[in-house]
Amino acid sequence: MRGAAEMRRALAVCALLAGAALTVFLLSLAVGSVGLSLTEVWHALFGLTDASGDSDAACQTAVAIVRELRLPRAAAAFACGGLLALSGALMQVLLRNPLAEPYVLGVSGGAATGALLAMLALSPLWAVQAGAAGGALVSMVLVATLARRDLLHPQVQGGHHEAGSRLLLTGVILAAGWGAVITLILSIAPEGRLRGMLFWLTGDLGGTASYGLALGTLVAALLLMLPMARALNVMLLGETVAQSLGVRVGRVRLSAYLVASLAIAAAITTAGSIGFVGLVVPHLVRLAWGNDQRLLLPAATLLGGTLLMAADLIARTAIAPAQLPVGVITALLGVPTFLFLLLRRPR
Amino acid sequence: MTTAADWTIPTLPCPQLSLHGLGLRAGGKTLFDALDFTMRPGELWCVLGPNGVGKSTLMAVLAGLRLAERGEVRLDGEPLATLARHRPEVLARQRAYLPQAIHDTFSMTVHDAVAVGRHPHLSGWGWSGRDDDAVVAALLEALDLAGLAGRDVLTLSGGERQRVSLAAVLAQQAPLLLLDEPLAHLDLRHQILVLDTLARLARGGRHAAMLIVHDLNLARRYATHALLMAEDGSCLHGPADEILTPAHCSRALRTPIVAVAQGAHTALIANGPA
Repeated sequence: MRGAAEMRRALAVCALLAGAALTVFLLSLAVGSVGLSLTEVWHALFGLTDASGDSDAACQTAVAIVRELRLPRAAAAFACGGLLALSGALMQVLLRNPLAEPYVLGVSGGAATGALLAMLALSPLWAVQAGAAGGALVSMVLVATLARRDLLHPQVQGGHHEAGSRLLLTGVILAAGWGAVITLILSIAPEGRLRGMLFWLTGDLGGTASYGLALGTLVAALLLMLPMARALNVMLLGETVAQSLGVRVGRVRLSAYLVASLAIAAAITTAGSIGFVGLVVPHLVRLAWGNDQRLLLPAATLLGGTLLMAADLIARTAIAPAQLPVGVITALLGVPTFLFLLLRRPR
Repeated sequence: MTTAADWTIPTLPCPQLSLHGLGLRAGGKTLFDALDFTMRPGELWCVLGPNGVGKSTLMAVLAGLRLAERGEVRLDGEPLATLARHRPEVLARQRAYLPQAIHDTFSMTVHDAVAVGRHPHLSGWGWSGRDDDAVVAALLEALDLAGLAGRDVLTLSGGERQRVSLAAVLAQQAPLLLLDEPLAHLDLRHQILVLDTLARLARGGRHAAMLIVHDLNLARRYATHALLMAEDGSCLHGPADEILTPAHCSRALRTPIVAVAQGAHTALIANGPA
């Protein structure tokens, strides 16, 4: 049976990607300014602390490096990459536009504005994160309010009018507005704070201390969207077809929009606006395994997480001891990959 | 083959579609007021009329995708608007709707594009079962698409894409078929193939179909009933041979039309400028 074969294939793909994620995760724990063997990583992760009574200093250093520096950073990278790829995949279905990406509706612009304002006021890290989350939410509500008719009640008539374009334009124009505000903040910011702001804007996992929020949001987002995956498949053919096949279009669209936006907000709050993962990863999965959202959503999540972990590994080892912003690595990898995919498209 | 896997047998009995004082507006203009008629199982209705007269709008209303400005539509006496709002998944097994055009943005195989029509019959994760596979395979065969099953829909010609959409609509296994220009982009052979298929379904008595067409002669050959809409908002409806006469068609389509007979065949042709 075709269905059973498809399901087995989806499971196999997810298992493969989960294996890749685990491999990169272990590499991230082992590689760095202090190289550790897998055994050392294992001991640092699971070694009993009461045995450290007579353990040497090197062992304690390894424990500190793995548990306090590398593990949180790798976990945050995985969670953010997964969130970005998932929200990118959702945005592409929601807007029915292959060039859509997580930031296209302006949520990242709002978040960046909030975060930069907090940095301008010399606020502590938590306030910067709160500023990012607040800005993302403001932007999200703004787009949803302005374009609520297109989001909830797409005009259905003979297949001519579909909702994607006006929602997209509303988001794009708001994003442009946020862009102007960001430039304004950068131009009035004192020299000393510019570097931190630029790092934040390109996306940076260096200052990441917590990954709980991002990882929790990732699991919740995936669990919420997976049951709707089949409805999303139908939405690819347009709202008219979806509605005539019994899909509650308004509800699915609103859910996809909210989940995608909250996912971006969580990712940005954790690591700044890292680019290209959300655009490129869903396309990579589509090219490799097709456009079935039941497979695409989990596979893009796993692949996005894996790629961002790998990019972060490069970012902190390429010119060690200095660090590159991880957003630069994803963009440098993403631009040629995407151009390749775009130009080799038939038609 | 079980009946569940036979696409010519709907999974639910065919309801009566009735219009009660239906009035529609579009773009600030009244299309028509107070339209009343009933489509019963076994009937094949053709809707004809000039561009912009409200054929597609009417079809979207009958499919429960759009609200009427006046009056209401009922399925077996139950208001369609209520059904569409509260039980869209049940409605999807009662009626299938073919929109005028489908714009693809992502790659998808022809097989998958047809299998989309099985959506109302799947539950939960909805990995397709044996019946779904059988329905899709039979429809690919029936609409002359078997050779294209693995092709990407983005590479199809207009007529091929149209047959894929039709196959998806029929894969829905709904008794009520509402088709907005099902013959658009099709070559003559495939127009006949589609009309033969629809006529066979209607004659079986388990289906009722309503299609928007522009070809008077195909309509006269296949329709049991016709709805002829004119720009002044007047609508004629009834048995096809009473409605699709040269006089009625000339008036509604604002083109002189005459009947030309040869042997047993009569054709309506445009007679040039008056």
